[in-house]
Amino acid sequence: MAGTDEREAAFYAIVDSDGRIEPRDDMPEAYRKTLIRQIAQHAHSEIIGMQPEGNWISRAPSLRRKAILLAKVQDEAGHGLYLYAAAETLGVSRDQLLELLHTRRQKYSSIFNYPTLTWADVGAIGWLVDGAAITNQVPLTRCSYGPYARAMVRICKEESFHQRQGFESLLTLTRGSAAQKAMAQDALDRWWYPSLAMFGPPDTGEQVSGGHTEQSMRWGIKRFSNDELRQRFVDMTVPQSEVLGLTIPDPDLRWNDERGHYDFTAPDYDELFRVIKGDGPCNAQRLAHRVAAHTEGAWVREAAAAYAAKQRAKTQTEAA
Amino acid sequence: MTSAEWPLWEVFVRARRGLSHLHVGSLHAPDAAMAVRNARDVYTRRGEGVSIWVVPSDQITASSPDEKDAFFDPAGDKVYRHPTFYEVPAEAKHL
Ligand SMILES: [Fe+2]
Ligand SMILES: [Fe+2]
Repeated sequence: MAGTDEREAAFYAIVDSDGRIEPRDDMPEAYRKTLIRQIAQHAHSEIIGMQPEGNWISRAPSLRRKAILLAKVQDEAGHGLYLYAAAETLGVSRDQLLELLHTRRQKYSSIFNYPTLTWADVGAIGWLVDGAAITNQVPLTRCSYGPYARAMVRICKEESFHQRQGFESLLTLTRGSAAQKAMAQDALDRWWYPSLAMFGPPDTGEQVSGGHTEQSMRWGIKRFSNDELRQRFVDMTVPQSEVLGLTIPDPDLRWNDERGHYDFTAPDYDELFRVIKGDGPCNAQRLAHRVAAHTEGAWVREAAAAYAAKQRAKTQTEAA
Repeated sequence: MTSAEWPLWEVFVRARRGLSHLHVGSLHAPDAAMAVRNARDVYTRRGEGVSIWVVPSDQITASSPDEKDAFFDPAGDKVYRHPTFYEVPAEAKHL
């Protein structure tokens, strides 16, 4: 058996040559722990993220919109499953991860702690929140951990429908009555800065506040800084807002010819940290709903397990 | 809660007739029938497959990465197993 140094060298040889680490490979304990935390947090975000939009399924304005929204929310459940399965390859169980979510020892994206007050919020989430998620997730398809990267490939394929349906829904509103257009603008006003905050705190330049970016880049988990990804999202989204005929709520937003990027106002990071710590508009409600769904579904899981055990016993007696 | 987790299954999907089943991911289910149903709902929502296999994860025997080198060594030095090993004159066609 190889020594620790040799094993670590083998690990870095794979990572440095842009190879993939697979579940049974040797990996530094800190790498494993970081991945479990990140993938679990990502999985929790997918399933908690079903709630703000799920809120509008029964009130969707048409059967077409309802079918689309149902399909999207169902996709998010699937994304949660792919990611939990990827985390499980690192030696944690699904039950453990849910327990950590339910007892607030693991987090989920702060964006889902904001309420969906109007129908336009559903469109804004698809356009902005899924748009930001895609910007974050596309580089993760090349993450150094194989199962995580493969899950992200599957997820990214599905996300593009999410963003487009949101944009289309908002476009319908902006081309509708004055009241509908005002509702779309109000949704953009409320979701813009929380969407920018989805990329996390600043991690480049002078404002760096610690964080894991450097280490995650060394490990091939992260490919771009939070700030680069945020900039990419703004550059992509501003022209789209013009197509919609909506105004991004930032008086200082303007194209910077020298940089070749838009200049924009940063989100309120103090608010981001407050919401992450549990003090957002919907934190308590989201978690209570999740725990209730899990507890109230326990009898279904138990009944299915009991039925499976009974069938197994039957086949065994028949075979004997 | 005392109930144990449902067992883990590996899911394989045949994308089209004529292709092999490929591993696409895993899921938990109480039994094989439910595993197939859940696999359909999770892994073939957009027509990704025409056939699904599920296998209990603990039934898979894998070669260990620790013995990777020795285990796959026999193929390493047998370059003569590849057609490119053989040099033939250019005039000899269809070889
Ligand atoms: Fe998702
Ligand atoms: Fe999505």
